[in-house]
Amino acid sequence: MAQVSNRAGKWILFAVLIIVAAAVLFPILVVFMNSFKGQLYITSQPFKFPTFKPTPDHMEEPSEAFPYGRFVPGEDATFAGITNYTRGLVQIKFFQSFGWSLWITIASVCGILICTSMLAWFITRVKNWFTTIIYFALTVSMIVPFQMVMFTMSRFANILHLDNPWGIIVLYVGFGCGMATFMFAGFIKSIPLALEEAAMIDGAGPVRTFFQVVLPMLKSTAITLAILQTMWVWNDYLLPYLTLPSTQRTIPVAIQSLRGSYGAVNWGAMMAMLVLAMLPVIIFFLACQKYIIKGVLAGAVKG
Amino acid sequence: MISFVIPFFWGIVLSFCKFTNITNADFVGFQNYIEAFTVDSYFMDSFWFTLAFTVVSVITINVIAFALALCLTKGVLGTNIFRTIFFMPNLIGGIVLGYIWQLIINGVLGIWGVNITTNANYGFWGLVILMNWQNAGYMMIIYIAAIQNIPTDMLEAASIDGAGYWRTLFKIIIPSVMPSITICLFMTITNGFKLYDQNLALTAGNPGRQTEMMAMNIFNTFFTRNAYFAQGVGQAKAVVFTIIVAAIALTQLGITRKKEVEN
Repeated sequence: MAQVSNRAGKWILFAVLIIVAAAVLFPILVVFMNSFKGQLYITSQPFKFPTFKPTPDHMEEPSEAFPYGRFVPGEDATFAGITNYTRGLVQIKFFQSFGWSLWITIASVCGILICTSMLAWFITRVKNWFTTIIYFALTVSMIVPFQMVMFTMSRFANILHLDNPWGIIVLYVGFGCGMATFMFAGFIKSIPLALEEAAMIDGAGPVRTFFQVVLPMLKSTAITLAILQTMWVWNDYLLPYLTLPSTQRTIPVAIQSLRGSYGAVNWGAMMAMLVLAMLPVIIFFLACQKYIIKGVLAGAVKG
Repeated sequence: MISFVIPFFWGIVLSFCKFTNITNADFVGFQNYIEAFTVDSYFMDSFWFTLAFTVVSVITINVIAFALALCLTKGVLGTNIFRTIFFMPNLIGGIVLGYIWQLIINGVLGIWGVNITTNANYGFWGLVILMNWQNAGYMMIIYIAAIQNIPTDMLEAASIDGAGYWRTLFKIIIPSVMPSITICLFMTITNGFKLYDQNLALTAGNPGRQTEMMAMNIFNTFFTRNAYFAQGVGQAKAVVFTIIVAAIALTQLGITRKKEVEN
């Protein structure tokens, strides 16, 4: 008896989960559907499928308000083909933004990993006032919200000529190093010191010890970190918005630019660009799902 | 050790930020702080809005995430696929999310001939829904891992002792995953307080700055007010904001430390 109710319970649960999953996917599907509709019909009937044939004009039956009947003009077909895509691509120069986003993300993540792995090794193995200060500064940098440094940082970037897609990498490395160093340091602490001492005795200098003994062991932590940092840099809006010139925009900044200065949104192009912006993220997720979930868990434990 | 240059650079940036301006700084004492609260009431309004939003969204996100995690640890068909689907929205950036939901919410509200900027309440609940959609999957992953770590013999012992479902849930499952609950609570609280992108894309503070959150208020003080000293006021607000966020973070640190000691 218990067996039966258990099985029935599982089916009910399954049905509930299907409904929730549908609710989760619904917004994405609506956006996809609307990306093929004419601008006017996106806001007036967002939940209707695009229609391919115009509705015919017709006369309405006589009613109290219109005793002689009324002429009702038909509507155009709401299907707009790929015009939203072609217009949007031109308007916000999507591919260019995609290129900048890709470059900034890859370069920043590589920069963060290289710098912080060395830094973490240094501050765990060398203990003096200098590393204590760095350790403290990193802790502070993890807590302080972006708004605190937003203004001064963007002015600083101006003065130091870091306000371009190359300089911004330095800024990202600076912002990202707090968490990355901590995660690396946490792992390095668990590596037995004897391994490094053995390398030293065999005549390897500190540089060689790091690259040939320590670095290979950091691989799994590095993958986790790479995932977490990629998610952050790719989606970041404020830092590129504040520092990059408007000719070199990342994807979030480019999408935000589809909202006019008075809040009017170009919905046709917006829908198409939202689809294009989500596509690489979803592909990335499906490809590295295992690592992403691992990364989330590791980040939660350390964070 | 070239990498030192960069954290060092960050240190300089940070230290400069303790001042209120970087090139033409005039010392004005606490005037900026007073102005932050007295010139207009928007900063305090944004604080209350942020607080209310954080409280509501933290509760809903964690309840939904925990419920989903419970469902997905029962060995139902397609568990992995469901997990993938629930987590996916988390990877989509805040700006993109904001516009997706602006379309959906305006579409639904359009039935009654209004839109999301008609009433501040719509914007509030819109943001809550958006954040649930984005973050519930993330927290769910953490809860799933925690629930799976509960030793099965503990659950078996409970069922042999005749504990019902709710009793097991409240007496065994929830206490065992308490560390994860603490982490998730703090993550959602800080996310809620620091929210900017979603806020900007969904309502941009409309109507009439009523759905403006703290981060956005600070941004607007810096970059849209024309007054000469606005930057100072903005920085003062940022310091207040930092203190609030830091207080939350330190509370979390304290609680986690205490837990570790107990264990």
